Amino acid sequence: MDMAAFRSKRSLVFGSIILLLLFLLAIIPLYSPGYTVVLLSSIFMYVVITVSWAMFSGPTSYISLASAAFFGVGIYASAILGRALPLLLVFGIGGLSSFCLALLVGALTLRLRGIYFVMFTFGLVELLLHFILWWEVRITGTTGRVVPTLDNTTVYYLMLITFAILMVTAYLIRHSKFGLALQSIGEDEEAANHTGVNVTALKTIIFAVSAFFIGAAGAIMATRWTYIDPKIAFNPLISFMPVLMAIFGGMGQLYGPVIGATIFTYLEEFLITRFPYYYMLIFGIIMAVAILYLPSGLVGLIQMWWKGGIARRHANT
Amino acid sequence: MFVKFLDIAIAGLLMGGIYALISVGLSLQYGVARVLNIAHGEFIMLGAFITWSLYTFFGINPLVSLVICGPVVFTTGFVLYRTFFTRLRIRSGSSAAFEGNSMLACFGLLFIIQNVAILIWGASIRGYSYLAVPVNFGGAKFAANRLLTLGFAIVIGLVFYLFLARTRIGKAIRAAAQDPGAAELMGVRITQVLGLCFGLGALMAGLGGTLTSMSYKIQPAMGLEYTIIALIVIVIGGLGSIPGSFIGGFLLGLVGSIVTYIEPGLSLVAYYVIFMLLLLVRPTGILGK
Repeated sequence: MDMAAFRSKRSLVFGSIILLLLFLLAIIPLYSPGYTVVLLSSIFMYVVITVSWAMFSGPTSYISLASAAFFGVGIYASAILGRALPLLLVFGIGGLSSFCLALLVGALTLRLRGIYFVMFTFGLVELLLHFILWWEVRITGTTGRVVPTLDNTTVYYLMLITFAILMVTAYLIRHSKFGLALQSIGEDEEAANHTGVNVTALKTIIFAVSAFFIGAAGAIMATRWTYIDPKIAFNPLISFMPVLMAIFGGMGQLYGPVIGATIFTYLEEFLITRFPYYYMLIFGIIMAVAILYLPSGLVGLIQMWWKGGIARRHANT
Repeated sequence: MFVKFLDIAIAGLLMGGIYALISVGLSLQYGVARVLNIAHGEFIMLGAFITWSLYTFFGINPLVSLVICGPVVFTTGFVLYRTFFTRLRIRSGSSAAFEGNSMLACFGLLFIIQNVAILIWGASIRGYSYLAVPVNFGGAKFAANRLLTLGFAIVIGLVFYLFLARTRIGKAIRAAAQDPGAAELMGVRITQVLGLCFGLGALMAGLGGTLTSMSYKIQPAMGLEYTIIALIVIVIGGLGSIPGSFIGGFLLGLVGSIVTYIEPGLSLVAYYVIFMLLLLVRPTGILGK
């Protein structure tokens, strides 16, 4: 009884903090210069990709390097349909195309053993990149496309909304039976299978859901870039970054990937214009060190410190 | 017609030799040391740049560089495994966890090596000319340096195979590949052997880099492309199989030159299609168990 009251009180506090944060984020464009809005949109882009990635890879322990493929599909949806259809619809289509691609790929590959799945997803990005490159040169005779643009504030709000929907979806999945089943797959796939979890179907669905958000983010972000070509759209870095960011942030909690992506995108913006090579170098070192010494990321560190604090307090009384 | 055929076949073999050489090391690193080394191409790049520097600044023959480059890259790889990956292996606990962690750590390694190289050598494309004279093959012409590369690739592969098959250390490596735990119980110094494998993998990459730098332009960002090709080759040949890498390499080289003949832009697409089909149908590759 006491515990339940404590829980509901705690969730009330958390809920108000989150609402307050969302409110603050929503009014930022009214009070701050254009640069902040652009920077925050980039942060949201990486946060959305990273959280989506972690939504699939976190519980199932399958490492997907297909993020760039889904992102690129979204970008191309915007580039091809942007002039013909209302943009909101286009973003939906961008997400749905990625969703369908992920369903297909997931159904084909999610029975592969870990390392083969990683290679397959990475191959998918390169295949799409080189195929579209060839297609544009040989068949349509063009390289690159012009995307209809939106102003920075609109892009910011769209990304904020995508982010909010994603976080709610991720939270609901995490706290549902579906999420529990996913967790069991990550821990022991065979055991999960034997307890009646439809392993392949679940993996495929969560893979597709995560792809939907990445695709939608790609479709939205495309409107900021004016010009795109296959090399921009299917940049392999988009596959690697979320992995690094999520691990750095820690995947044990929902907010881990958010923290990881925010810190890294901010660092990137800050360092990349001044010391681009040092930035990537530092990035690599942090990556290696984080894997060795921070297996559960920043969040793990915070929790350890937090629990340590509680334990000490208990010890003192 | 015959000349055309010969042209395609030899071009494929030449390409295949390079593919095979750059893949053997990766196959060994994954097959024995259980590290899917995404930074494999960076060692190729290191080999290429060391060779380029020695040639451009000191006028040292690239073939002599093989002897200089090899030990440097081997030591780098060996030390890296003994200091970093061994620790990671102990921390990871299960071998599946180590596979995932080490692959991710290799991403970090990729960024580190690549950007250190950019800081040293700059980001621009480099190259030099060595033995770029044409050799006539029944009407089909090829650069001498490519033929030399093919020759060295075959010799290096053969020596390496004999090393694994005939020597005591080779036996220890094969034992470690089959079952590290049991090998350790039989008195194989497992951390040494795994480190050795990782170092040898790096060595092969370095030699591959030296040889490719004779006929291709080089730049610090070139690594990932080679890694991807190597990944495709070892999946075709079977992860961890040395002869498999050679079969896979030559096969891919031939496919590449045939597709290039029919439709130049599609050779990479063809590689990925083969790669992905193979992963779906027979992920263990041609010679895999």
